[in-house]
Amino acid sequence: MANLKAREVLFAPIFANNPIALQILGICSALAITTKLSTTLTMCAAVLFVLTFSNFFVSLIRNMIPSNIRIIVQMTIITALVIVVDQFLQAFAFQLSRELSVFVGLIITNCIVMGRAEAFAMQNPPLISAVDGFGNALGYSVVLLAVGFSRELFGSGSVLGAQVLPLAADGGWYQPNGLMLLPPSAFFLIGGFIWILRSYRVEQVEKEPFVIGPNTRTSPAF
Amino acid sequence: MLEHYLSLFIRAVFVENMALAFFLGMCTFLAISKKVETALGLGIAVIVVLTLTVPVNNLILHNFLDEGSLSWTGIAALEQVDLRFLGLMCYIGLIAAIVQILEMFLDRYVPALYNALGIFLPLITVNCAILGASLFMVERNYRFGESVVFGFGAGFGWALAIVLLAAIREKLKYSDVPEGLRGLGIVFIITGLMSLGFMSFAGVQL
Repeated sequence: MANLKAREVLFAPIFANNPIALQILGICSALAITTKLSTTLTMCAAVLFVLTFSNFFVSLIRNMIPSNIRIIVQMTIITALVIVVDQFLQAFAFQLSRELSVFVGLIITNCIVMGRAEAFAMQNPPLISAVDGFGNALGYSVVLLAVGFSRELFGSGSVLGAQVLPLAADGGWYQPNGLMLLPPSAFFLIGGFIWILRSYRVEQVEKEPFVIGPNTRTSPAF
Repeated sequence: MLEHYLSLFIRAVFVENMALAFFLGMCTFLAISKKVETALGLGIAVIVVLTLTVPVNNLILHNFLDEGSLSWTGIAALEQVDLRFLGLMCYIGLIAAIVQILEMFLDRYVPALYNALGIFLPLITVNCAILGASLFMVERNYRFGESVVFGFGAGFGWALAIVLLAAIREKLKYSDVPEGLRGLGIVFIITGLMSLGFMSFAGVQL
């Protein structure tokens, strides 16, 4: 039984309850780094690490945290993990760390991390919390990788730096779409992603706040 | 000198708009932009907090964290200390503290503004735009004066963007949006279009 629950906790956030598409969490630090697949992958790995372990550690000490200072405690745990990631990247992948610039640090204020710590890890035992963190990070990564993949493919005709579509400038046939490298395209892609997701899962469609009544015909008015 | 500050300000507001060019503070940007009034309240809160936190973090960086910045203590052992890896922890702690102090101060002396800002003030601590501005300040090596201008400009740009989006969303209630795009989806697309509009400032030279 516990096994089934773990699977549910792991896979539910990917499509059924996606943190980006449904809950509008964690878009903040994410979109600017999706111009290339390599930076996107790094960012996903960083979030995966931080989210899994922050959920684990917060859950581990959840019964010892006084509830009125819990935000500070969670924040300290998250920040410590992010510093580890940041130092690691600076030491072993300096070029990537330069490209990601401030966005690794911004994982601290990524709403998914805080949100999962607050909503799940504070009520559940450590292992299942770690699984939940992992699942949510996967849900985040799916959206991010989809965006990163299409932006790099259509923006510069390559995948992970390897040229897939031969560019017109080098004698090929593909004219790169410059818009894909600019910030607005990420918004369009995510909007499209949400549209596709909600066409399959109709229950996620938001209700109209109010319905506009039909125009009054002249005949009943008299 | 004044020209330098002015160009920095214009760049922070339009060319490098926090929300539309760097996607910072997106969660609140999308969630709390349904009404112009609330958006305006939040925008003002962000301006105030950014104008305070960026310069203070600048002082922290240059007086405590940077390599060799502890030499004012006169202790030889501290001269070569480089504490920059503690930066993230210091900035976020300081932002949380400043927001808390601001909240208490407003509650005591300007209750009208306090009531108007309501829940937004504490929420600002976890707004990426605030931490993001401090990190940009570190990355671009701003001096104190520049950090004041940059903090204010970044906040102003963010507030401008959220008020504009809220105004568009108010009108959007009357439009017929495709089923799957309704709500969040269309907001993304609108933000994309706004961002496209703001990109045309990129060529501005001052």
